[in-house]
Amino acid sequence: MLQAFMFSLFRLSAVINGAALVIVIGFLVSKGWRAINWTFLTQMPTDSMTKGGILPCIVGTLIISLGSIAIALPIGVASAIYLNEYARPGRLVRFLRLGINNLAGVPSVVFGLFGLSLFVVWMGFGVSILSGCLTLAAMTLPVIIGTAEEALRSVPNTYREASLGVGATKWQTIYRVVLPAALPGILTGTILGISRVAGETAPIMFTAAVFYTPSLPSSLSDKIMALPYHIYVLATAGTHIQATRPIQYGTALVLIALVLGLNLIAIIYRTRLRRRR
Amino acid sequence: MKNGLKMSTGKLNFYYAEAQALHEISLDFYANQVTALIGPSGCGKSTLLRCLNRMNDLIPYSRAQGQVMLDGEDIYDPDIDVVTLRSRIGMVFQKPNPFPKSIFENVAYGLRVKGIKDRAFLEERVETSIKRAALWDEVKNRLHESALGLSGGQQQRLCIARAMAVEPEVLLMDEPASALDPIATQKIEELINELKNRYTIIIVTHNMQQAARISDVTAFFYLGRLIEVDETEKIFTRPGLKQTSDYITGRFG
Repeated sequence: MLQAFMFSLFRLSAVINGAALVIVIGFLVSKGWRAINWTFLTQMPTDSMTKGGILPCIVGTLIISLGSIAIALPIGVASAIYLNEYARPGRLVRFLRLGINNLAGVPSVVFGLFGLSLFVVWMGFGVSILSGCLTLAAMTLPVIIGTAEEALRSVPNTYREASLGVGATKWQTIYRVVLPAALPGILTGTILGISRVAGETAPIMFTAAVFYTPSLPSSLSDKIMALPYHIYVLATAGTHIQATRPIQYGTALVLIALVLGLNLIAIIYRTRLRRRR
Repeated sequence: MKNGLKMSTGKLNFYYAEAQALHEISLDFYANQVTALIGPSGCGKSTLLRCLNRMNDLIPYSRAQGQVMLDGEDIYDPDIDVVTLRSRIGMVFQKPNPFPKSIFENVAYGLRVKGIKDRAFLEERVETSIKRAALWDEVKNRLHESALGLSGGQQQRLCIARAMAVEPEVLLMDEPASALDPIATQKIEELINELKNRYTIIIVTHNMQQAARISDVTAFFYLGRLIEVDETEKIFTRPGLKQTSDYITGRFG
């Protein structure tokens, strides 16, 4: 009796969760689908961004998401390998982990200010793709380190012993046995990282994104437009807030689709990796 | 004991942090013989086995003190290359632990990490090793399928093949049949009997009958100390100490 009640409670929670997702996406689709057409996806904005497309935002978000992951992934995995495979457990490691965990909880706007003062001003990269990627990489690094460590920890020690036992070096063991076994887990972290990075507004508004660029970026020192920032600008700071509502919803829909698309690619790749064993 | 001395420990002490797991172990291992290490759980037999190829190096805050000699060289000497050492001393673990790779790649692994790329050589060595592990007929048509699809007993023979592929001189086995059913166990035991013509075999086992069936020499451990060592036949028929006889007759442990 009690069990049946608790089960229905759990089921209800699951349904509420699923429903929330369906409602949010359904809302965006119903409000935004009319805005979406070929021109919208492939053209530059025109008429003070009230018409035309959002191509530079799509390109900007793609560049900055993939760019920041390209920076954060190798550094994050290397850190996780050091912490989990090389470092002797002790005070230093505990201190580093504490730092990393805390870093994961820092609000993104703080990373924005950090990027502004370190990369934009002090290192002189200016408001640019480079500064934005570095800032987002710093923000997503703790997530990647955390999941990569988790993935490495879940590789059974018997694999390491088997490898060392036939005369492999420590690095060969990590490179040939531990990393391949941990790869699906590491990819999960990457998926989380990409999702978070692509939707962030605060860290890029000081470091990479601008209101409007007349053309697509052509170098790392260019400024970009980005989907989340574009939504923010159109919805709050523009002069045609009401007139651009459909575009705002359309842009939001594209952002969601982009994140889901990036996730989907990573998930398919992960499934294929898992199946190969 | 007519065979040559292959390995020996001299007054070996081993500590996990502050806890001493081995006390002054002095024991000889002879070539082409099977030496069984027996004793109740926690007696140090697995710890001793893992000192013999320095697998215990992996355990933080542990340390070994004393001598472990292989062909007259101390393997704990700072000049010893532990990677080379481990390719001379193969190890088979309690639970079968094939890599999530193909059957072929599992056996070829030890050769690949040595930098051997010659395809023909790899194929030949993989085939010989799997044949010696008495597994060839069961896997010859599926060498490139995942090793995780094999049964437990087959996986363990694959792990033995993997250990043999680098042509070690000594084989350490840590309860290699404890996770297997009786038929698979019998196959492993037959295999060990074959393999002693080629290797020095040191095996940890919980199973008295197994020790009696497959070993030439048996060493009995209790609470980190070597209690008695002698020819297996003698240990199981006329043990020198009451403690040994109590253990092998099942009165404790």
